[in-house]
Amino acid sequence: MRLSDTQRLFSGKAAPLSDVGRIYRRLRIDGPLLGGILLICALGLVVLYSAVGENMRLWTNQVIRLGVALIAMLVAAQMSPDFLRRWTPWGFLGGTVLLVLVLTTGEVGQGARRWLDLGIRFQPSEIMKLAVPMMAAWYLHDRQMPPRAGQLLLLAVMILIPTLLIARQPDLGTALLIAASGFIVIVLAGLPVRLMLGLAVLSVPGAMLLWNFMQDYQKQRVLTLLDPDSDPLGAGYNIIQSKIAIGSGGLFGKGWTNGSQAQLEYLPERDTDFIFAVMGEELGLLGVLALLCLYVFVIGRGLYIAMQAPDTYSRLLAGSISLTFFVYVFVNTAMVTGLVPVVGVPLPLVSFGGTSMVTLLAGFGILMSIHSHRKLLPH
Amino acid sequence: MDLLSPIKDHHSERRLFIARVVLAAVVSTLLLGTVVARLVQLQVFEYEVFAAQSQGNRVRIEAMPPIRGLVFDRKGRVQAENLPAYQLELFPEQVSDIDDTLQRLANLDLIVAEDIPTYNELIDNGPRFKPVTLNFRLSEEQIANFAIQRPRFPGVDFQPRLVRHYPHGAAVAHAVGYVGGLSKSDLGRLDGSDYAGTSHTGKTGVESSFENDLHGDVGVQHVISNALGRQIPTDSREMADSLPTDESPAPGHNVYLSLDLDLQLIATRAMEGRRGAVVALDPWTGEVLALVSAPTFDPNLFALGMSTKQFSGLQNDLTQPLFNRAIRGAYPPGSTIKPMLALAALETGATNLTRKTVCRGYFMLPNTTHRYRDWKPEGHGEVDLHDALQQSCDVYFYEISIDIGIDRMHYYLDQFGLGHKSGVDISGEHAGLVPSKEWKRSAFRERTDQRWYNGETVIASIGQGYMLATPLQLAVAAGALATRGIRYEPHLVAAVEDPLTGERSLVSPNRLEDVRIDSEEHWNAIIGGMHDVMQSVRGTAWAVGGNAPYQMAGKSGTAQVYSVAQEDEYDEDEIEERLRDHALFISFAPLDNPRIAVAVVIENGSSGSRVAAPIARAIMDEYLGHGDDAP
Repeated sequence: MRLSDTQRLFSGKAAPLSDVGRIYRRLRIDGPLLGGILLICALGLVVLYSAVGENMRLWTNQVIRLGVALIAMLVAAQMSPDFLRRWTPWGFLGGTVLLVLVLTTGEVGQGARRWLDLGIRFQPSEIMKLAVPMMAAWYLHDRQMPPRAGQLLLLAVMILIPTLLIARQPDLGTALLIAASGFIVIVLAGLPVRLMLGLAVLSVPGAMLLWNFMQDYQKQRVLTLLDPDSDPLGAGYNIIQSKIAIGSGGLFGKGWTNGSQAQLEYLPERDTDFIFAVMGEELGLLGVLALLCLYVFVIGRGLYIAMQAPDTYSRLLAGSISLTFFVYVFVNTAMVTGLVPVVGVPLPLVSFGGTSMVTLLAGFGILMSIHSHRKLLPH
Repeated sequence: MDLLSPIKDHHSERRLFIARVVLAAVVSTLLLGTVVARLVQLQVFEYEVFAAQSQGNRVRIEAMPPIRGLVFDRKGRVQAENLPAYQLELFPEQVSDIDDTLQRLANLDLIVAEDIPTYNELIDNGPRFKPVTLNFRLSEEQIANFAIQRPRFPGVDFQPRLVRHYPHGAAVAHAVGYVGGLSKSDLGRLDGSDYAGTSHTGKTGVESSFENDLHGDVGVQHVISNALGRQIPTDSREMADSLPTDESPAPGHNVYLSLDLDLQLIATRAMEGRRGAVVALDPWTGEVLALVSAPTFDPNLFALGMSTKQFSGLQNDLTQPLFNRAIRGAYPPGSTIKPMLALAALETGATNLTRKTVCRGYFMLPNTTHRYRDWKPEGHGEVDLHDALQQSCDVYFYEISIDIGIDRMHYYLDQFGLGHKSGVDISGEHAGLVPSKEWKRSAFRERTDQRWYNGETVIASIGQGYMLATPLQLAVAAGALATRGIRYEPHLVAAVEDPLTGERSLVSPNRLEDVRIDSEEHWNAIIGGMHDVMQSVRGTAWAVGGNAPYQMAGKSGTAQVYSVAQEDEYDEDEIEERLRDHALFISFAPLDNPRIAVAVVIENGSSGSRVAAPIARAIMDEYLGHGDDAP
């Protein structure tokens, strides 16, 4: 950035657009959102470098994935909300068919059938992370808010079909996140408060039903959460070691690449689901609070975009994408700190892994599209 | 507001949406607040607890085994040392096909094919990153062989380690003993924490009985290790700073034996091809100068680890090379007890120095027909006590035995150390047996068996029947004769030395109760008789002792292994080797100032004076000719 650009930054809205700003407008990029995301990714890459044991090959992999995901974001940003809305039912239908295909012909990995090989290997459940909230928003777009009972029932079916298909893989973590993303749409659309309270009450028998649906290892995780010390070297090991890692990090941490829990392999899955614990150990409370602040900023920006959105579809979708992102952050951090059971949700934009990063940034691309297209629409 | 209106109310909808976003934001803030509160709880309030747990997680206490003490003979020659040896190790995690690798190693003769199942078990049971030793000592040829083939064996390598080595292995095997792999039963007996990191422990001999001195104290090293227990080199991380201080291991103490290697070698060579034992000691201190049991074995096999085949070969050998005959072999002492019985007879008045008897070659108890034969079928003619000792006349002792009686025999023989453990400082000793009426009552269950018969007293007088003694006990008894009743507990270890300070603690001789013989004249007579055995023309061992450059005293013995039927002629050649008499011999020298007492037992050696005595003579020649008392 040139010095002249800096001056313009301080001169307010009236100032003419800088070169960077013009490029942003051209590419339909939202500056603050991109800035927040890139800061999180940068911090994530720093932590990941330590978490993969300073393995340059793995680290470079992640950088490449991030590049691919940014391209996905750019592509998504170019698609207008109207275009997206028109194609939503087809996308949802296609995704559901792929989920059925996964269950019948998918590839097995780590005891679960999640992958599909159609030229490129991918998880169809990733598509549904966006397709489900889009479908719910599509359905509600033309209807008067808040939705009525019959409409709610239909929405529930729409959300439950992919949820159950994914739960069958089994991939409970993703299933719950996808259900949440759909549910968030309904809540934002104005699900009556009485009904929400009712659902909260119903969640008790629901949880019992879910319990029957769960695999043994999943049940064990719940039991372990309630009493991690009951099986310190078995199922409780992850949580105990994770808490030791975070707790021993203290206020300032043990220093980057110097976390003994992480570096000496006491901490399991330290580059994926438990990377937050690595950060807590090496960078301390201040480090993780910094990360959480960046998350809050990105989510806040997303909700701002949602509130600025001109139509029902856009605002419901933008709200859902932003709040689902929050759910990711919350579930992962709460899991790693031992507040909720270990459900296998990665820390968004930080954990090692490709597919979910592409989906996440594609979602942010949609947010940018919604924000950048709004003035072009008649209001 | 009409909810049923098909026309959307954009304003109310927007208001509703914003309200819901605010609601969601509030809920999210609360949830995120919980996580932050949790982080504060873990990282601020419970920091100390988790910091301590984290420290415990990464620091592992690693034992540093001490170096085992050395064993020297009385002249400072090394008998047990620690030598670097190259051993073959396999790192399971680096080997893709373990079965194939082991098979190929066996084909190269680097390991024994029969032991592959044992190796597989070791590999399966240990952590993947810990090496498994396949061969404890590679020969130079094997090292050269492997060096060429090394690229074909990823995950297999040779490593230098300290291995116990016995330079004069077989010659001192039964005295020094050996170390072997630490077993579960060893750990039950020893202090386990002191043996962390140690692979071998003393199994027999001095190696076992002085284990506490030889072993040393284990050291402690704090190492940073990962969750799998793998050690992380501390220099590569800054984490080493806060480690607790290490403790160096204290090396084991060196042990100085009273044994003289020269005597051991002479005795071992002399016993080659025979079964039996030789024990020599200094009668004035109890220091054991030689302790040899034959046949012997190579103790290095135990220290290195041998194949199952080698071990079963040693164990099943009919000649029992592992059996320490010197302290565990119990033999009928035969005529070697005659000097002691003669003393008992004089002291109790059963005979006197002038009483004579006519030996016709046999003895009969009054009113019986059983003939107790003399070793000389034609008899010794007229003999007194001196002649009876010199020529080993059995009939004379048969006659006086009834007057002494078995209980008084027991009383005197017991004082010479027969019939109970000598207290030597290596374990496994046999107590031997000197019968008495009381002993027989307690030893047998049947009433009729519990009675003592005069005939049993008769055969006891020539060291047959129930009577048993170990070669060590005979040496101790010979020592007590040499010192005229002053006795010391036999011991193999003369001093223990701290290798760090050089400080030596000498083992002081442990004087035992004297033999109670009231008359000096009786001593003179008996020792004179034993002298004449060796160095008078009519003595049984004149051929051995007659030309000695010093004065010596001795007594041979020949113990029957089986009874010859009453009227049969005794023909040595026709008796199978295993049924031949045991040959025994006790002696001491020089006569006026005894410095060495020797006992020799040769299983099925036929004749004490012809076979056993020359070995004692050779040892004495060496000791008295070139002997050096300084340890």
